[in-house]
Amino acid sequence: MAEQPVFAPWNDPSEKPLIQFQNVTKRFGDFTAIDDLTLDIFEKEFFALLGPSGCGKTTMMRMLGGFETVTNGTIKIAGQDMNKVPPNKRPVNMMFQSYALFPHLSIYENIAFGLRRTSMDKGAIDARIAEMLKLTRLEKFARRKPHQISGGQRQRVALARSLAKAPKLLLLDEPLGALDKKLRQDTQFELMDIQEKTGTTFVIVTHDQEEAMTVASRVAVMDEGLIVQVATPDAIYEAPNSTYVADFIGDVNIIEGRASQSGNKTKLSWAEGQPNIIGTTTRTFETGQTCHFAIRPEKVAISVEEPTKAANKLHGKILDIAYLGNISTYHVELPTGHIIKAQTANTRRLARRTMTWEDPVWISFTDTAGVLLDR
Amino acid sequence: MKRFSWFNVTALTLGFAFLYLPMIILVIYSFNESKLVTVWAGFSTKWYGELLQNEAFLNAAWVTIKVAVFSSTLATILGTMAAYVLVRAGRFKGRTLFSGMIYAPLVMPEVITGLSLLLLFIGIGLDRGVLTIVLAHTTFAMCFVSVVVSSRLVSFDNSLEEAALDLGCTPLQAFRLVTLPIIAPAVISGWLLAFTLSLDDLVIASFTSGPSATTLPIKIFSAVRLGVSPEINALSTIMIAIVTIGVIAASLISKQASLRQQRDEQAAARG
Amino acid sequence: MRRAILILTPYLWLFALFLIPFLIVLKISLSDAALAIPPYAPQLDLAGGWSAIKDFFAGLDFENFEFLTTDDLYWKAYLSSFKIALISTALALLIGYPIAYSMARAAPEWRPTLLMLVILPFWTSFLIRVYAWMGILSNEGLLNQFLLWTGLIAEPLTILNTNYAVYIGIVYTYLPFMILPIYSALEKMDDSLLEAAEDLGCSRTSAFWLITIPLSKTGITAGCFLVFIPTLGEFVIPSLLGGSQTLMIGKVLWEEFFNNRDWPVASAVAIILLLILIIPIILFQRNEQKQREMEG
Repeated sequence: MAEQPVFAPWNDPSEKPLIQFQNVTKRFGDFTAIDDLTLDIFEKEFFALLGPSGCGKTTMMRMLGGFETVTNGTIKIAGQDMNKVPPNKRPVNMMFQSYALFPHLSIYENIAFGLRRTSMDKGAIDARIAEMLKLTRLEKFARRKPHQISGGQRQRVALARSLAKAPKLLLLDEPLGALDKKLRQDTQFELMDIQEKTGTTFVIVTHDQEEAMTVASRVAVMDEGLIVQVATPDAIYEAPNSTYVADFIGDVNIIEGRASQSGNKTKLSWAEGQPNIIGTTTRTFETGQTCHFAIRPEKVAISVEEPTKAANKLHGKILDIAYLGNISTYHVELPTGHIIKAQTANTRRLARRTMTWEDPVWISFTDTAGVLLDR
Repeated sequence: MKRFSWFNVTALTLGFAFLYLPMIILVIYSFNESKLVTVWAGFSTKWYGELLQNEAFLNAAWVTIKVAVFSSTLATILGTMAAYVLVRAGRFKGRTLFSGMIYAPLVMPEVITGLSLLLLFIGIGLDRGVLTIVLAHTTFAMCFVSVVVSSRLVSFDNSLEEAALDLGCTPLQAFRLVTLPIIAPAVISGWLLAFTLSLDDLVIASFTSGPSATTLPIKIFSAVRLGVSPEINALSTIMIAIVTIGVIAASLISKQASLRQQRDEQAAARG
Repeated sequence: MRRAILILTPYLWLFALFLIPFLIVLKISLSDAALAIPPYAPQLDLAGGWSAIKDFFAGLDFENFEFLTTDDLYWKAYLSSFKIALISTALALLIGYPIAYSMARAAPEWRPTLLMLVILPFWTSFLIRVYAWMGILSNEGLLNQFLLWTGLIAEPLTILNTNYAVYIGIVYTYLPFMILPIYSALEKMDDSLLEAAEDLGCSRTSAFWLITIPLSKTGITAGCFLVFIPTLGEFVIPSLLGGSQTLMIGKVLWEEFFNNRDWPVASAVAIILLLILIIPIILFQRNEQKQREMEG
C-alpha cells in the first residue's frame, strides 16, 4: 500500500497559492486594523484566523469577501488582483456570523438565491439544491422558513447556501459562535467532513483556539493587526514562536530568566538558589539575554518521591488541585513564589489520592519538554 | 457597512424641506406689512397687534384652552383606567366589546364621531356648549391615552406590584406607590397627546359646539375658508412657536433625565 | 368591588358616549326626514308602551340607502374619495419610502434627531398645516411666483381648488404616518443580509429589490393603511384646498348635515362610509398581527 502524501502545499515551493495577501494595510481613520500583512493560503486548505476580538481577523476576512477596501497593498485570488472587484463578482462566498438567512424566503429559496443569480438552467439549479440539502441533511426542512428551524439547522442552511455556488473559497465568520458547546463539537467534525468532500478552500475566523486547532490545516495567530505565527496546529502548540502564542493557545507555564548556551542545550538561570532549567531551542541566544521558558502543564510530572532521572526537577508544595474528571491539575508553589501547573491523567477510577493540599512534592520535566522563547 | 450616500442626503434634504418649508413660509409671511399675503412689503408686527385686539379670537382661544385642559385631564384618568382594565383585569363579561370600543374610535372618521355625538346630545336634550365639547373630546382622546398607557403597562413587570402587595400594601396603595410612578411618563405623554388632539380638533368640535362656545379651530376654519389672511398667519405663528418651544423643552428635559440616570449608573458601577 | 368600579367607569362612559351615539346614527339612517325638531321620524316614545315600540320598528326602512343608490352624487363621491385616497397613498409611499430608507441608513447618532423631525409636525395644528399650503398654491402664490421666475411656465398654474392641491395636502399632512412604520421596519433589518445577497452575486440594485423591499413589506403595508384609512373620510383638506368639483365623502356628509339638514341621509352616508372602511381596517389589523407574530 502506497503511503498517502501528507497535505502540506505550503512546504512545496512549486505550489501556487490560491490567496495572496501582499503587503496589505487597512486603516479606519487613525486606527490601523491590518498592518503591512503578507500571507499565502493554498488550495484545499482549511485555514483558521485566530485571535482575540479587535485583532483584525474579521477585517481580513471582509477584505477577502470584498466588503472592505484595501488601503494599501494587493489581495490576489488565483493570481487575479481583487482590489477593484465587487463582492458579487468574486469567486468567493461567505458564511456570516449571524448566518444572514433571508427571513422572507424558505430554506430552499435561501439556498437557491445565489444560483438564481447565475445563468444556470432550472433543472441544474434544482439538482444542485438537492445535492446541497443532502450534504447538510436538510431535505426535510426545505419548505420551512428560517425562523421555523433550530439554531444548528440554521447554521447548516447558511453553509449550504454559501457552498451552493461551488466557490473557490469559502469564508466562515465565527461559524459556530451561536451554538452551544456540545453541538459545536459535533459541527466541527461535520465542517471538516464537508470541506474534505467538496474540496473547497475554507478560511475560518474564530476566537476559539480549540475550534481552530480542531478544524484547521494551518492556523494564523493574530494580534493587533499582525500575524504572529502561521503553522499547523501541532507546531503552534508544541513550538510556539512567542509567549503570546504559547499563552493564547492552551495552558502554559512561563518562567522568565537569562539564557546561556552550551552545545545544543540552552540553560536558563531564573532564580537565586534554584537549579538552572535546561531546555532546547532552535534559536541562538546571547549569553545573559532575557528569555522565557514555556512548558505545557501536561509535560510536567508530579511526584511525592524525588525523581531520579529527570533533566529538570524542582521542589515545592501543592497550593490547589482542580479535578476535571479526565485530568487533574495541580498548582505547585515553588519557594521562589512561582506557581507551576502540572497535569496528570486520571487513568484509574477512584485511585487513592496520594497527594493533597500543602503536601511537599517534586515536579520534573525532560530537557525537550519545553521551549525557550525570546519574546 | 452603512454608506451615507448622496442619494440619502438628497432624499433627507428634500423630504425635510417639503415637511418644513410651508410652515417656515407661513411664519415669514406673518411679519409681512402688506394685506396681500403673497406680496412682500416689508417687516411688520402689526398683524400680531391686530390679533390681540380681536376679541372673538381671544374668546375662542380661551374656550379652546378650557376645553383642552378639562377634556385631556378627564381623558387621562379614564384612559389610564381603561388601559389598566385591558392589561390587568383579566377576563370579564363584555371584554371583547370593551376593547372594541377602545380601538374603534381610533379609526372612526371624525365626521362620523362628531355626527353621532351630536345626535346623542340632541336626543337627550343637552344644550351644546363647552360641556358637550368636553364630553366629545374626552371620549375620543381617552382611547388614545389608553393605547399609550397600555403599551407601557404591557412591558411593566407584574412582580413589582406583587412585591408591593407582599410587603403589605393594599391594591390601591400598590397602584399609587409602585405602578403609577413607573407608568408616569406614559400617563404624561398620554395627557399631552389628549391635550393637543383637543386643541387641534375642528370636525368633532364643529358638530358638538353651540353658538355659546366657539373654539379656535372653528374660528380659524371659518376665516380661512374665505382665503388667506395675515391675521391667521400671525395666529398660526404663535401656535407653531408654542408647540416648538414645548417639544424642544420636553426633549431637553427627558435628555437631561436620561443623562442623569447614566451618570448615576456609572457612579454606582464605580462604587 | 373596587375592580367593578375600575371596569365600569370607562366601560359605561364609552357605552354612553360611543356605542349609543353610534346606534342612534344607525337608527336615524333608517328613519325618514321630517319637517320637525329633530328633523326625522319616527321617534321612539317609550311612554306609548309595546304598541308604540312596534310602530317605531315598522316605521324604519332602507329608503335612505335606496336614495343613495339612485342619486349618482353619492356613489360618485364614494368613488372619488376612494380614488383620491388611493392616489395620495401611492404618492405618499413614493415620497415617504426614500426618506424612511435614508433615515434608516443614517448614522445611529443622527437617527433620534431625524425621527424627532418627522414626528414634530404631528404636534402642530393639522388645520394650520393645511392652511399653510393655501398661500403657496394660489394663483399668485409662492409656487407659481417661483415657477414663473425660473421660466418653466409662462402662465400661472391653477393648483389651488383642484384635486392636485388635495393630493399635495394629503401627502403633506399624512407623510409621517407613511415614514414611521417603514422606518421602523428598515431600521430593524440586519445589514449582513444585504452583504449576503451581494456575496451571492446580487448587484446593489437587485439586492434592494430582492431583500430590502420584501423585508420592509409589513412597514409599507402599515404605512399605506395609515394614510389610506383616515384619508377616505377626510373633510378639512378637500374643503380648504379642493374646489367645487372635488368630491369627497366627508365633505358630502358635512354638507348634507349642515347645509341640507337631511339627518337621515347624512346618517346613511356615514353608515356606508363605515362599511367601506371595515375592509381596509381588518386588513390593517391582520398585517399588524402578522408583524407581531414574525417578531414573536
